[in-house]
Amino acid sequence: MTFFAVDELVVNFGGIRAVDGVSFEVEAGQVFTIIGPNGAGKTTIFNLISRIYDPTHGRLLFRDEDITTVSPHEIARRGIARTFQNIELFEHATVLQNLLLGRHAHAKPHLFQEMLFLPGVRARERAHHEAAEKVIDFLDLQAYRDSLVVNLSYGVRKVVEMGRALCTEPALLLLDEPSSGLSVEETADMAFWIQDIRTLLGITVLMVEHDMSLVGAVSDRVLALNYGRAIASGTCQEVQAHPDVIKAYLGA
Amino acid sequence: MRFAFKTAYDYDLGLFRDPVQRRWYGGLLAAVILLPLAVPSYLVDISLVFIYGLCGLSLMVLAGYTGLVSLGHAAFLGIGAYAHVFFLQDLGLPWVVSVAMAAGLSAAAGVLVGLPALRMTGVYLTIATLAFALIIQEVFTRWEHVTHGLKGRPVDKPVIFGVSFASDWAFYFLCLAVLIGGLWLTANVLRAPTGRAWVAIRDSEIAAQSMGVHLARYKTMAFAYSAGLMGAAGALFAHKIGFLAPDIFSVLLSIQFLLMVVVGGLGSLHGALYGAVFVAMLPVLISEARDRVPAWIGQVVAGLGKDAGAAAYLAVDRFVKQPGLEPGIFGLILVLFILFEPLGIYGRWRKVQLFFSTFPLYKRATFRRQKSYMRSERLR
Repeated sequence: MTFFAVDELVVNFGGIRAVDGVSFEVEAGQVFTIIGPNGAGKTTIFNLISRIYDPTHGRLLFRDEDITTVSPHEIARRGIARTFQNIELFEHATVLQNLLLGRHAHAKPHLFQEMLFLPGVRARERAHHEAAEKVIDFLDLQAYRDSLVVNLSYGVRKVVEMGRALCTEPALLLLDEPSSGLSVEETADMAFWIQDIRTLLGITVLMVEHDMSLVGAVSDRVLALNYGRAIASGTCQEVQAHPDVIKAYLGA
Repeated sequence: MRFAFKTAYDYDLGLFRDPVQRRWYGGLLAAVILLPLAVPSYLVDISLVFIYGLCGLSLMVLAGYTGLVSLGHAAFLGIGAYAHVFFLQDLGLPWVVSVAMAAGLSAAAGVLVGLPALRMTGVYLTIATLAFALIIQEVFTRWEHVTHGLKGRPVDKPVIFGVSFASDWAFYFLCLAVLIGGLWLTANVLRAPTGRAWVAIRDSEIAAQSMGVHLARYKTMAFAYSAGLMGAAGALFAHKIGFLAPDIFSVLLSIQFLLMVVVGGLGSLHGALYGAVFVAMLPVLISEARDRVPAWIGQVVAGLGKDAGAAAYLAVDRFVKQPGLEPGIFGLILVLFILFEPLGIYGRWRKVQLFFSTFPLYKRATFRRQKSYMRSERLR
């Protein structure tokens, strides 16, 4: 069974081919990292997976199903959650409210029941709160539970955003530059969170990352991109030593 | 600073933050119930505050919570009003059924506008709703069989289950009851998944989508809910004005509704009500001032000399009796709000509250908006 696979993915933006025939496969339980210089197409691949962009060619497979044409809101329900490079939290809501929105993948609209707040709505809300509180405990966010996101530091917001993604109970978690904007200590903490997410929650992680210390600490496999093409893949050491990768970063 | 000690999830699920808050709202309700005894001559004006409060709630859901600004809400008010009068007086349906059907019809119209409007964001959506309002106003004029066109249509006093609500104080309590019902329903939706999805759409469409929010479905629901509330408000509004004519439901009224939610404070139910008080009571205050201010100033200046007092009286009297003073003051207050308090009356109240509750640690940046109000615009 294929857990997650990207097959010959191509996307054109006008005359620019941002992703050019990239294929890779992520096994269940792995931490898979995509690296590459700026503009290599890493975030574009994430946006293709979360269906914000439509690929020109190629297929996305998740748990043996083709998700290339699934609508964007359906992706979360299938079990793929993501974070964003420049944090997309709901800033004037509390941490708890942000996490509860993460539970939306498990909610159906029941407008009339909700207008009257019938017992069924209350029971479902309790279940959502319980799930959100578990994530708060897992990520040690108790102290920030009721504070507004605008009042939190950047590092905490990164963790909250990861928590919101965890609230959807995903099978595959996409992390877009989890360490960007974090201090050295916060980055080290982030490495622990990612390891815990993999080993304790059993969630497969696909991430885009620049910080090679973090990449080396958590990744099982690494894929290097340059100008939309895959140039190397393997373990972190193999990829770091690959001549094409050195050339891409340092020039010929 | 007060800390809530929470021991069950239900603490976060309740309508009120804690028992203290519940008592405050209880006190407010008692005050509103006793108000007719204190100011018997203003009952009709305060009834209008309640009806505008419903309108404010309706637009607050759409503009304040979902981030979809509509300049055509007077059309939904009109649909509710005309539909109610048609069901009640032409078809002879009972009052409660008629109001429910008017709200339902208005909600259906909301879905109709919402569906094509979903492809538009920001100011384009606003223009589409404006166009809708103009078309509907034309329909009110032309569809004489139902609306009686420009001749206008008288509205009977409400009779519910055989009880007449013709007197001012009975109508006051009818409007109050409907407003409280509307508030309760809206607060319920806002604390449930649907309300959270609306707020998510307002703050970041892209993140909302990644969390599994079906954007089109929830935007349509917001339109339908908002239009439904507006329809119910329209039914009361028809009884309040007693005579329906197409030119009542003009773009100016839509703008007044938008003023209401902006001045009250976007993104809070309190704001809708503060805005309603402001918009409905300001004309009353201005007309009171018209009668009294010239005499006061005349008396004060009369201390300098009798002739000067009479001259001052005449000058001030001529100034305040000029036409156009009312919209001028409205406009001035709006400009001042947008310049100095974009978060509205409720925003100011929250700042004062937070200042005292976090006393030495208050920071202004809490209320600084890092992104423009309609953040979603940059995604398209």
